[in-house]
Amino acid sequence: MPLFDQLYNFACWLTQDRTEAEDLVQETYAKALRGFSSFQSGTNFRAWIYRILRNTFLTSRTGLKASAMVSLDAEDADELPAGPETPETVFISNSEQQMVQEALEALPVHFREILLLSETEEMSYQEISETLSIPIGTVMSRLSRARKALRKTLQQKLVKV
Amino acid sequence: MDKWTGQIEAYVDGELSAAEMRDMDAHLRTCPACTADALKQVQFKRAIQSAGRRYTPRADFRQKVRQSISARPRRSAVWIWLPATAVLLLLVAGVVTSHIKDQRLALQNTYSELADLHVTALASPNPVDVVSSDRHTVKPWFEGKIPFAFNLPELQNPEITLVGGRIAYLGQAPGAELIYRIRKHQISVFIFQERALGHLRQSDSAMQRQQETFNFLSWSQNGLSYFVMGDMSGGDLSKMADLFRNTG
Repeated sequence: MPLFDQLYNFACWLTQDRTEAEDLVQETYAKALRGFSSFQSGTNFRAWIYRILRNTFLTSRTGLKASAMVSLDAEDADELPAGPETPETVFISNSEQQMVQEALEALPVHFREILLLSETEEMSYQEISETLSIPIGTVMSRLSRARKALRKTLQQKLVKV
Repeated sequence: MDKWTGQIEAYVDGELSAAEMRDMDAHLRTCPACTADALKQVQFKRAIQSAGRRYTPRADFRQKVRQSISARPRRSAVWIWLPATAVLLLLVAGVVTSHIKDQRLALQNTYSELADLHVTALASPNPVDVVSSDRHTVKPWFEGKIPFAFNLPELQNPEITLVGGRIAYLGQAPGAELIYRIRKHQISVFIFQERALGHLRQSDSAMQRQQETFNFLSWSQNGLSYFVMGDMSGGDLSKMADLFRNTG
């Protein structure tokens, strides 16, 4: 099954629940097979199947709730003042990996998904644009804001530690 | 924000045009501030990448989905599915081919890194951090030092002895290196978490290869990746691997 592990990982990050993630992945494969005629040969298969998964998630109860929780100003994370200890300087051990995971969990879903597609799935801006059905300019600005938001969350966590 | 600062993000994402990339490379050679910024952003990307690889599907779920997919054509008209399946197979073949190329490269890198670790152990006067031939001493020593647990085989063959163990890092992931001796030869067994290895991860199937220097055998089991390396014959290596397979 193509991309099974990656889709499952992505589904878990979206739903934050393994049972829901399993349902989501299963439904995605079922829809992909049913709707294979809508896939245009020569276009990006990965972006296509991720798009199915994401759209299925967004119409689920959890997905509707998650996208409804995005506040209007969530897109604009403030610029951070530079401190001596930046989140980047401390990413070494597992405990810090856990901190990044918690920070990712805390992000609004549209920031979390774009970071995962870009960094974990190593998708290009073009692929992300196809997956999320948004223009490349929006991919760049949203990705940039998502990174800032993650840095901000991490910095807040570092202050608490 | 000047021109360069604004482009660093696209630069580390590999999204600048070839000409812009060359300009940025030239600029970074002369600007420590931008170089430091680019480096920080690369580290940040890596941190997210590794944190993002978090969830692995259960084996029975994989099986369930596989079955549901293979059962589907029998329930509906097969002739509708045949062309679609053929196209899907072609696509999958394309994805798999490029994936295999990536994996081959990743495996080569993994091999080189592990060979370095193995040579370091061979050359070092103190090759291990915990010196013991008793698996009940070596195994608990790793507790709390690495983020997973593993089992060590009971050695019944008098030709094989456990020398000890130490912490090893592969692609920044911590793991265990166990050193054994078979006759006069030293053998390293590396154990890492499969998901922590990310892009270095080898395929699910067991893999054995002979290089100019060492023989190398790897496989994955219960979420852990095992690598056995030494200068003895493939048969001895397989013997060692079987001991772990039957224990893990």
